[in-house]
Amino acid sequence: MKRKTADRPLVPQRPKLWQLRLYVTDQTPKSQVAFSNLKKICEIHLKGRYRLKVIDLLKHPHLAKGDQILAIPTLVRKLPNPIRTIIGNLSDFDRVLIGLDLRATSGRD
Amino acid sequence: MKSNGANSAQPVLPLPKCPTGIRGLDEITRGGLPKGRPTLICGGAGCGKTLFGVEFLVRGATRFGEAGVLMSFEETEGELIANVGSLGFDLGGLVRKKKIALDYVHIEASEIQENGEYDLEGLFVRLNHAIDSIGAKRVVLDTLEALFSGLKNESILRSELRRLFGWLKAKGVTTVITAERGRDQLTRNGLEEYVSDCVILLEHPLNDQIATRNLRVVKYRGSLHGTNEFPFLIGGDGISVLPITSLGLNHKISAERIATGIPRLDAMLSGRGFFRGSSILLTGTPGTGKTIVAANFANAACQRGERTLFFSFEESPNQIIRNMHSIGLRLDPYVKRGILRFHSARPSLYGLEMHLATMFKEIEKFKPLVVIIDPITSLMDVGTSSECRGMVTRLVDYLKAGQVTTLFTSLTHGGHSLHQSEAAMSSLMDSWLLLQDVEGNGEHNRVLYVLKARGMAHSNQVREFLISNRGIDLVDAYIGPSGVLTGSARAAQAAREKAEALASKQDAARRKRELERKGAVLERKISGLRSEHEAGAEELLQIDTQVGKRTRLLNTERTELGRLRQADSKPAPRRKAKNAKESP
Repeated sequence: MKRKTADRPLVPQRPKLWQLRLYVTDQTPKSQVAFSNLKKICEIHLKGRYRLKVIDLLKHPHLAKGDQILAIPTLVRKLPNPIRTIIGNLSDFDRVLIGLDLRATSGRD
Repeated sequence: MKSNGANSAQPVLPLPKCPTGIRGLDEITRGGLPKGRPTLICGGAGCGKTLFGVEFLVRGATRFGEAGVLMSFEETEGELIANVGSLGFDLGGLVRKKKIALDYVHIEASEIQENGEYDLEGLFVRLNHAIDSIGAKRVVLDTLEALFSGLKNESILRSELRRLFGWLKAKGVTTVITAERGRDQLTRNGLEEYVSDCVILLEHPLNDQIATRNLRVVKYRGSLHGTNEFPFLIGGDGISVLPITSLGLNHKISAERIATGIPRLDAMLSGRGFFRGSSILLTGTPGTGKTIVAANFANAACQRGERTLFFSFEESPNQIIRNMHSIGLRLDPYVKRGILRFHSARPSLYGLEMHLATMFKEIEKFKPLVVIIDPITSLMDVGTSSECRGMVTRLVDYLKAGQVTTLFTSLTHGGHSLHQSEAAMSSLMDSWLLLQDVEGNGEHNRVLYVLKARGMAHSNQVREFLISNRGIDLVDAYIGPSGVLTGSARAAQAAREKAEALASKQDAARRKRELERKGAVLERKISGLRSEHEAGAEELLQIDTQVGKRTRLLNTERTELGRLRQADSKPAPRRKAKNAKESP
């Protein structure tokens, strides 16, 4: 785990609300790991300006189609545009940041 | 939800099958696809995989009351509905009626980042949701291989696919998975590894610039199946596979006979022409008058009021009508009355199976009693000879089943391999007429003979075939020591015989006249002799008379003398003397 990068706090220029969705099924280990990893990243980089919605597909299977969910777990960044999709348990923090465009934001500071 | 393939073990004694409803396929597979198991459909681009899947679902929903799910990885719902709409499948309507569920899975590698472990439970959830929402029994996954391009972690993918197929089997749905044909294996990503129950290969090979669609059941675990490559086509009403073996040899047969339109030819066929519902092959070298015989047959059928369908692969309808007019056949009134219908197409217009489909469709639509195909050999250029033979078999089967009398003309080249080249096709035919070109005396003449005619006594004679502006005439050919005489040789022979007959007639007359003259001479001689004889007799008589007269005179004188001398009176003998008139 590359904690060093992830630990560095970000100071946002323009605070805007991030909408994230994490699709999981039940309480599978992969889903749990993904949730805790995501929570960690968000708390460090997006504290106070993100909204995370965890969707259990077993309870709401019809929601899978909307975001074209194939893999579990899947993280979808609904806002800001464009939509970003990351599948997996988010164990590689660096790449999660790249994937969510958080890296670019941090580089601007 | 997370069930494994392991618990899908079901009793497999009589393999239950799921009818596809695709014409011909259920016959090849003897009932359809394996029920509750996955079937792999593989093939190259554009060979009809998606359509196969869609038709499987549509037929299931409309004909067998089984709802189906189509999970498409390539086309969106809207595209699918539009694409198959052109084939008459109302996918949209079926979706609204909850008979079919469509689910488009969008997967794009550039939009997805992989980070750590994952599984494809999302796909399972979606599929499960779709199946349960309409109670589906059939599932089509088109094409799963999109996953391979969309997801980078192949080991996860493969294990998940294995789990997917196990799960589908456990779910008890009959699944069709389409996959792209690989270079040296059935599928590009080796999907056949997971689907081992039934594999169907669709091909679209190009032979001499003409593409033919082929279908082959590569594998069907636990069932007998046709192993051949079967041509199939995508027509206006979906896929139809054309198995050669679809019809057994159990056609209804008719003892009715129909005239050929050439009275002399009828006479050669024991006087009454062909059997109704039989297939007739007419072979001949170029220019021997095949089309004319065919047109005569068509004309005769139309005269009887029978609907006739004329497939022409060489001439346009108007050209045939014009040409036949030149020999005194008027076909256009029949065309106007709708009894006669021409269908002309260039052989190379499309592939063999498409020709066959078009012909089937035309025949179905027009419902003819007589069909003419002129010439069948043009279609041979479209495919290989075995393909063509297969096609002719199917056509003959189809037409015989419908009691349609069919005349195939066949163009042959040269004389030597004439019989060989047609031998394959001729076994399918009930009658075989041969038109030949006979060269001699510096001219070519046409002869016709009946090579075979099943079920009827037929003439073994070669007839000369004359085409004039009044139509066809069959003339007895002269058969003499120098062979068959036709054309001017026949005419010369006829003239010679006529001259000979005339000469002998004249000779007889002359001899008769001579004899008569001789007779007359004799007669005259006889009459001369007779008159001579009569003259002699007369003279004799005269002599007699004179002698008598003289004697009488003498007697008289003597009596007178005696009287004068006073002799005893002795009565003079009374003589009846004729008057002597003239002397000789």
